[in-house]
Amino acid sequence: MDVLLLARIQFAITIIYHFFFVPLTLGLSLVVAILETIYVSTGKEMYKRLTKFWGKLLLINFAMGVVTGIVQEFQFGMSWSEYSRFVGDIFGAPLAIEALVAFFLESTFLGVWIFGWDKLSKGLHVTTMWLVAISSNISAIWILIANAFMQHPVGYTITDGRAELTNFSQVIFNLPIFSHYPHVFSAGLVTVAFFMLGISAYHLLRQNEIDLFRPSFRMAAIIGVIGTVLVGLIGHTQGQEINQTQPMKLASLEALFNTENPASLSIITIKNPFTDELVLDLRIPGALSFMEYNRFTGEVKGINQLQAQYEGQYGAGDYVPPPVITYWSFRAMVGAGLLMILISLIALFVDLRNLYGKFLWFLKLLPFAIALPYLANTTGWVLTEVGRFPWVVYGLVKLQDGVSKAVSGGMLLTSLIGFILVYGLLIFTTVYLMLKFAKAGPKVAAEVPEEFTPSIINPPESQ
Amino acid sequence: MTLNILWFIFIAILYTGFFVLEGFDFGVGILLPFLGKNDLQRRMIINTIGPHWDGNEVWLITAGGATFAAFPNWYATMFSGFYIPLFLILIGLIIRGVAFEFRGMDDNPRWRNLWDWCLFAGSLVPTILFPIAFSNMVRGIPIDGKMQYVGGFINLLNPYALLAALAVTLLILLHGASFLSIKATGEIEHKAKELVRWLWLLVVLMLVIFLVTSFIITGVLHRLNVLLILIPLLEVLAILIAGYFLRKGHHGRAFLMTSLTIVFVIFTIFTFLYPRVMVSSLNPDWSLTIQNAASSARTLRLMTIVTLIFLPIVLLYQAWTYWIFRKRITSDAEKLTY
Repeated sequence: MDVLLLARIQFAITIIYHFFFVPLTLGLSLVVAILETIYVSTGKEMYKRLTKFWGKLLLINFAMGVVTGIVQEFQFGMSWSEYSRFVGDIFGAPLAIEALVAFFLESTFLGVWIFGWDKLSKGLHVTTMWLVAISSNISAIWILIANAFMQHPVGYTITDGRAELTNFSQVIFNLPIFSHYPHVFSAGLVTVAFFMLGISAYHLLRQNEIDLFRPSFRMAAIIGVIGTVLVGLIGHTQGQEINQTQPMKLASLEALFNTENPASLSIITIKNPFTDELVLDLRIPGALSFMEYNRFTGEVKGINQLQAQYEGQYGAGDYVPPPVITYWSFRAMVGAGLLMILISLIALFVDLRNLYGKFLWFLKLLPFAIALPYLANTTGWVLTEVGRFPWVVYGLVKLQDGVSKAVSGGMLLTSLIGFILVYGLLIFTTVYLMLKFAKAGPKVAAEVPEEFTPSIINPPESQ
Repeated sequence: MTLNILWFIFIAILYTGFFVLEGFDFGVGILLPFLGKNDLQRRMIINTIGPHWDGNEVWLITAGGATFAAFPNWYATMFSGFYIPLFLILIGLIIRGVAFEFRGMDDNPRWRNLWDWCLFAGSLVPTILFPIAFSNMVRGIPIDGKMQYVGGFINLLNPYALLAALAVTLLILLHGASFLSIKATGEIEHKAKELVRWLWLLVVLMLVIFLVTSFIITGVLHRLNVLLILIPLLEVLAILIAGYFLRKGHHGRAFLMTSLTIVFVIFTIFTFLYPRVMVSSLNPDWSLTIQNAASSARTLRLMTIVTLIFLPIVLLYQAWTYWIFRKRITSDAEKLTY
């Protein structure tokens, strides 16, 4: 079997799976911290119940994020060891700092939060959740700093066949990080908003605990409006950053085959894969230039010209990311994003005008809308990573030069099948548990210890 | 050069933190199905490590990340060379990590039993495989002139590595049982105390055999120095003192001594390694060393500053969590979180 192909499939599957859980942790830890803060400052019992209910779902999600995250850190060395040798001098530092500065905090204080309800003062207890929420975000920043080096390497020189650090502040304040982190953070807000909207709508439809789920719904609607609009605005600047750092990614996601000025934005472009002829190409003239330069003129380079340019620069080879993937993942992400802006606005409108009774159809749809942020989160990263093709580190290391040499196809196939099996079983379990607790509502979540007292026990001998 | 030595020591410290801390929760995880006779007892056992296991596991993640940052070639050769063991360790850590959260979320006995065995297997697999990896690193494995591991998986399962796995697994069991003896109450505390008494003898025996074999097989006898004698001696001393405290019934102090024993086991391995980080059995010149595996001085300096600031902070707040949850776990089901 082809080691490179297997290593790519394995990395793709494990990272996509890992990122199912990350955005919800980023957003939900913040929400739980806010809810508990309200509980501590007002003393109202309902906020404690809300904290426990949403906190329970956070814990399921967090556990999955942690265990799938370890796989990612090990996988660089396991199946991408030549990449690791090349970039370790630079790329290893943010990973190590992430663990030391953020992940320790996150894991340690989540443990304290779970077990500390009756061992800590209220103020200290809510502080531990804030530490979890803040350190989750610091984690995200360091991981994105590492990723930014792969997208746009800076602050290095090539010495003895590897990249060596020359300027760490350049690595930290790398151009992509300024759009990637806010984009991921606001995607976290959107994810938690839709997660809460869906679950709250489910309970409101059944008239369960309305006094708890109305406030949850409102909170989610507000976060949703803020999050979706932020994501869109930041996405816009990110598009301009891509034009500077990776023009090929832009050309590929827009299916812009030839350089244009003013450049047109594709509404729908379909190409016959056998004849290479365009079957359909509907475009808005000048709109892409506007997206990139905020005015209706400006050159955007096309796939053909960039391919020729890169062949001159880096030698013969294929420098075109598969447009079918980049083009459609971009449209899925933006489409989901626009739809989510609309849904958030309707949700806020329904809540503020108290029109729940007239919008039952809308409430019924909301649980299904939980899928939308997941679609956008996944396709967004697929676009970002696939769009870097054929590079692991843009302009420096190609995929085939990064893969491990000591690992055989058989080993990779073994681990790939193993991960697929375990991850497959776990996603079923996670969804089962999430549904169970989301549907059961706060009653169960608040009464966990009692509820799980086993009915048949041998009385233990106590001293 | 001093930076490289410093980082070699830092990596040793991070792995030590991992084996001492996660060591006892691995041990507790392995003992879980055997010491816990019913659901309440198993819950008590899990609750002794509940608040800590996740923070403990970060020591491994930090050790991995720090190896990547400070010794990229070590990280690359080790992680790709030990591909299958690390894959199995990952699967173990995955099912173990979710078992803690998932177990209590359904009260079907079969569901709980399933996660109990996941916790057991997820604790046992890394406990066995890490010593196999580390003993191979110090014994020497086929690494070619381009720092690539060229042996297969079966090569790693040599008698010396299996001896290491056996000795360390017993030590981890002793460490875990010792932790239970100071954290649990009732029947579990009683059983744990009984277990440590006869486990201790086995551990002493196996550690001594492992040490003697290590001296012979690693060729360290030809280049003895003070540290190479002192640290293994301290290892033996620590486990003997642990036995003394056990006889006296000072279980808290005995736990401190099993912790110290693990510290010196790791330090022994690292002292045997130095100045190499992975020994090539094909040609001594092909071994990875703290020089040829390291990052640039700039990166090492940067990471030194970060580590000197943050590692003490981590130690402080982790110590604080042990203080918060210092009380023994009782059989009061109302007070159990997991």
